[in-house]
Amino acid sequence: MVAAIASDHAVRGSTLTLREVSHSFDLEGQPLPVLDRISLQVGRGEFVALLGPSGCGKSTLLRLVAGLDTPTAGSLLAEGREIEAPDPSRVVVFQDPTLYPWRTVRSNVALGLEARGLLRTHGGRIEDALRLVGLTGFANAYPHQLSGGMAQRAALARALVNDPKLLILDEPLGQLDSLTRIAMQAELVSLWQRSRFTALMVTHDVEEALLLAGRVIVLSDRPARVKAEVVNSQPYPRHRGDPHFVELRREVFGQLGLDEAW
Amino acid sequence: MVAVLTALWPDKPESDWAYTGGFAIACGALALALALAAFAGVRFVAFQRLQRLSPWLFALALFFAAWEAVTAKLGLLPLPFFPPPQAIVEVVIDDWGRLAEGIFASARLLATGYFLGAAVGFVTGVAIGWSRLAGYWIHPVLRFIGPLPATAWLPLAFFVFPSSFSASIFLIALATGFPVTVLTWSGVACVKSAYYDIARTLGATQRFLVLKVAIPAAMPHVFVGLFMGLGNSFAVLVVAEMLGVKAGLGWYLQWAQGWAAYANMYAALLLMAFLCSGLITLLFRLRDRLLSWQKGLVRW
Repeated sequence: MVAAIASDHAVRGSTLTLREVSHSFDLEGQPLPVLDRISLQVGRGEFVALLGPSGCGKSTLLRLVAGLDTPTAGSLLAEGREIEAPDPSRVVVFQDPTLYPWRTVRSNVALGLEARGLLRTHGGRIEDALRLVGLTGFANAYPHQLSGGMAQRAALARALVNDPKLLILDEPLGQLDSLTRIAMQAELVSLWQRSRFTALMVTHDVEEALLLAGRVIVLSDRPARVKAEVVNSQPYPRHRGDPHFVELRREVFGQLGLDEAW
Repeated sequence: MVAVLTALWPDKPESDWAYTGGFAIACGALALALALAAFAGVRFVAFQRLQRLSPWLFALALFFAAWEAVTAKLGLLPLPFFPPPQAIVEVVIDDWGRLAEGIFASARLLATGYFLGAAVGFVTGVAIGWSRLAGYWIHPVLRFIGPLPATAWLPLAFFVFPSSFSASIFLIALATGFPVTVLTWSGVACVKSAYYDIARTLGATQRFLVLKVAIPAAMPHVFVGLFMGLGNSFAVLVVAEMLGVKAGLGWYLQWAQGWAAYANMYAALLLMAFLCSGLITLLFRLRDRLLSWQKGLVRW
């Protein structure tokens, strides 16, 4: 069953292109620039992490990629086509799981299929997705009965059930305790390896970025610019104590201007 | 507790045995049944729920005993205004037909007005909460007319509408509709924007966002509105029945007072209390069923 989902996706991740994307908010009549000419090319099935200090505009960038907002300048393309509106092929997992409290876990996971009228034809995917994130036994539970980690896994299942080509992760593990977090990092990698979607993750955790992503894009303070790019081609699973890993971590901290503190 | 209950219950009927046989026998029978139940509680689990109620039963017994004492036995309270309990029992038995008719008439009027008002209020609330255009046009009207007590429309309604029945329905609907509209609106307006973001990225249409996101998320607020609307509708019902419609429990109250039949009035009040409390309970049951996903619901 799990394999059925995975083979479905094989190398089905989409490409993503950002061309000189700038964005600013309107703050009491004054424009507040948050993104400054960001260009980025993400290949099919790649796992890219955006790393930057909090409040630098990373989440804004993800909202643009998701199509929830439109940029002030520049363009974003998925599979070579302009992103104008949200599309179920690009699914977001937010920092807060935001499950609907009035729905059970199963029907939360069913949300995307229901919205697109695919419940009858693709309903079987719900159980597959629940199994994938290890929540089969909690299908009938309500969100308030779940722990933080379980809620986030349910949110992940809700995303995966739509067979996304691009999974957008907005600090998806940010609110979890450190032990759950370490376990979920490993789960995310194996999910991605099996399903081969393209993943774009925002995080402010250097280790997390290096553990999961093949490429880490370091962003500057607001307005965010691309400051550096660090490639980690180590095979998975990666180990935090590995000398090369430690070296990369030092490099990234240096890019963030925190090498002395580290 | 069980021992105290058993010891005290049988005492009461003996004191008023001489006054009204029927009432005393009923009390005695109830006491006997309770005493039996109390003893049964020692053996059977089913009767143990009753034990939890025993302080209340005991207090009620004291209340009835005191009532009996100050009215029928000692005559401390002036008689036409404060009849003894057995007089009310007598009314309920003798005038049953007219009371039942009253209950039926009130229930019909209330149900029609309430459902109409709740439905219109709900739809209006969703419209204001969702659509800017609807908000622009409806909000000022709501602000201006909504706070006006529905009963202020009474004189106008009774000559504009063809019958006092339809006028009363309008008034009850108005009284129900206002709180339902405002709370539905606020419920829809309070929905976290993240809920919409999630649904939009998953390919939801506008229709889906309204029906499957905004409305379910607003339901806790809607129920507060329905609850307040129900309370308002009771008030308007009674006033409308007293002043316009020549039927129903409100009219019966007025009629009984006109004949100085105070026992009848108390009986109607009692029935009205049961009716209103029962309806509120019903509404809360419905809420508990629909909103079982919520934590920390207030138990009615």
